[in-house]
Amino acid sequence: MSESAKLHPNPQGKGEKTHGSDFSYVGIDAILEQMRRKAMKQGFELNIMVVGQSGLGKSTLMNTLFKSKVSRKSVLPNPEERIPKTIEIKSISHDIEEKGVRMKLTVIDTPGFGDQINNENCWQPIMKFINDQYEVYLQEEININRKKRIPDSRVHCCIYFIPPTGHCLRPLDVEFMRRLSKVVNIVPVIAKADTLTLEERDYFKQTIREELRANGIDVYPQKEFDEDAEDRMINDKIREMIPFAVVGSDQEYQVNGKKILGRKTKWGTIEVENIAHCEFAYLRDLLIRTHMQNIKDITGSIHYETYRVRRLNESNALFSSQPSDHPAVQPKTNGQPEQQPSTLQANGVAAQHEALSHEM
Amino acid sequence: MASSDVARQPDKGVRPLSLAGHVGFDSLPDQLVNKSIYQGFCFNILCIGETGIGKSTLMDTLFNTNFENFESSHFEPQVKLRAQTYDLQESNVRLRLTVVNTVGFGDQMNKQESYQPVVDYIDRQFESYLQEELKIKRSLHNYHDSRVHACLYFISPSGHSLKSLDLVTMKKLDSKVNIIPVIAKADTISKSELHKFKIKIMSELVSNGVQIYQFPLDDETVAKVNTTMNGHLPFAVVGSTEEVCVGNKMVKARQYPWGVVQVENENHCDFVKLREMLICVNMEDLREQTHTRHYELYRRCKLEEMGFKDTDPECKPVSLQQTYEAKRQEFLVELQRREDEMRQMFVQRVKEKEAELKEAERELQSRFEQLKRLHADEKATLEEKKRLLDEDQSSFSKRRAAAQLLQAQSLTANGKKDKDRKNSGFM
Repeated sequence: MSESAKLHPNPQGKGEKTHGSDFSYVGIDAILEQMRRKAMKQGFELNIMVVGQSGLGKSTLMNTLFKSKVSRKSVLPNPEERIPKTIEIKSISHDIEEKGVRMKLTVIDTPGFGDQINNENCWQPIMKFINDQYEVYLQEEININRKKRIPDSRVHCCIYFIPPTGHCLRPLDVEFMRRLSKVVNIVPVIAKADTLTLEERDYFKQTIREELRANGIDVYPQKEFDEDAEDRMINDKIREMIPFAVVGSDQEYQVNGKKILGRKTKWGTIEVENIAHCEFAYLRDLLIRTHMQNIKDITGSIHYETYRVRRLNESNALFSSQPSDHPAVQPKTNGQPEQQPSTLQANGVAAQHEALSHEM
Repeated sequence: MASSDVARQPDKGVRPLSLAGHVGFDSLPDQLVNKSIYQGFCFNILCIGETGIGKSTLMDTLFNTNFENFESSHFEPQVKLRAQTYDLQESNVRLRLTVVNTVGFGDQMNKQESYQPVVDYIDRQFESYLQEELKIKRSLHNYHDSRVHACLYFISPSGHSLKSLDLVTMKKLDSKVNIIPVIAKADTISKSELHKFKIKIMSELVSNGVQIYQFPLDDETVAKVNTTMNGHLPFAVVGSTEEVCVGNKMVKARQYPWGVVQVENENHCDFVKLREMLICVNMEDLREQTHTRHYELYRRCKLEEMGFKDTDPECKPVSLQQTYEAKRQEFLVELQRREDEMRQMFVQRVKEKEAELKEAERELQSRFEQLKRLHADEKATLEEKKRLLDEDQSSFSKRRAAAQLLQAQSLTANGKKDKDRKNSGFM
């Protein structure tokens, strides 16, 4: 049974309490302040993955986004410029703070992606990494003695770099995005957009959008997760601009007396944060200023839950088909395919994960 | 085929970094708060106290509305809990408030089991949250959280000490819910008595090992005010929804012939302190404590009771699935056995009933035969009697006819004789 009762709104504005004179004020909206304090105390976590061929400017873009040297290349003392023979997954974490808000930012780099001669199945290690993070979280969640705050290493957002060919998406791009849009939020961007003129850029974007639609690829913000009409309106505007054409830079130049981030060329200086030049500002606003919480929510409540449902169902199926008196035959169901966290056999991917990745 | 190599930097190497400019993630708390505004908040209060102690009035006064409530009788055979949910809104915050009242608490003659319905209610809410969390397809963010966040325990203003019912109940509840004791109807205690009363209550609680809710001290912004308030526990409150004119203002108060007790006057009672602590400062912390401490404790106990463990005797991590599946098999076997048993019992019963019915039928049949025979016998007897009667009747009528004839004959003979005598007499 539910009753609806309206309290008189406090005419003096939020946060002011007056004892005695205005007794229609209860103080329920003080909970917002309490939540804010709690959030500031706990701090936030964000895990971003960057995927794309080498040389597309992924590390630079990360550095530009967060205005500090957060990428792997800036951290390693002597970054090797070789292209690795296999896809590696490297993550670096930093604690950054702005106006009292602390955030643990993890940038996950994937050197070697798309660089081999034969790129078939190059999404597999990435998919496996993402699923492993979900697995770790799931294991902690179903523990009996679990931590107060489960450490969140799940990939919240995957930025996919499309090389600026100006024509259309390559088969590698389509394959990768098709498979991964089901497990993680994908934000496609056109890298090194300063090589395209505005018309070429518009044409490229339109082609990409059509191809995404034709292949049934749902990139962030996904249409089905719009909460209400207002949300849909905002997200529709974003969807019309995807993919963002970005330029990254961590060099500062003087333009018109102001110091701005940009790329200086003989024919002019490209200002990174100027929306007439490139769409970096839109990307930054989307990822950081307006939709960051939403990205984390969708990861947590939709992608993670999908993984969880599949995983629990699959464990059930595995168990009901296994005779219980053959413990040696039972596959390990505690998640990690290897007992030690270090090396993985070349073909020794565990039964479940094999099953999971084959589904893709 | 590209083989893969996974290498990850250890988490310990988290470096602090300074930013060269304004990035913009300082809006994250705002984004989080906006999402919460959109979703709305949930808060559940449990009020325990004797009938008539002022629980409903205090709730009305706290939230400044008239909740639908009616006076309960003092003759409840058992303690019952009545939960009512309300949707409140203040500026842009929507709150779904559930107030749970104990009905009949302290009214029975034997109060030994009074605490049990309360404990059961709290456990039920934890259980339904646990069930939702363990489901395969779950929707936790849409789930209406009904776990009790705060428990206001109303202490009678006797002025002396806690009742043993109070101690027993609070002891049973302190590990399940955040207990905030309040002294009800505080306008019946004088200031000096109140001071002694509070000290007595707190010392009794401490000596009996009852863990009441302490306002949190870890956040500097509120640590100071919380420390002060911790020293004022338990709050002595007065509730009233009636307004009285004091000076030139209308205030919530209770009017007596000897004066007016103002609810929101801090010199008169601690109502304002309670409202500030419960709602304005610590509502979020109450919810968090319920989730991270009380609920986790319940979950741990429940899962361990069901036989789940994190590691089995060989210290290998045991998956929830294995234990769950084993239990499930057990359960299915048990189910099958019970079903077979029931089926057998059913067949047996049917047989017995059938035999009974057959027996009854036979009996009836024999009785019917017997009655028929009796009837035939009686009929024969009656026939015999009728025949005899008929015979009698016929012989009687014959004799009567003969007698009549004889009489008629004798009459005529007598007449003749008379005539003769008459005639002879004349001669």
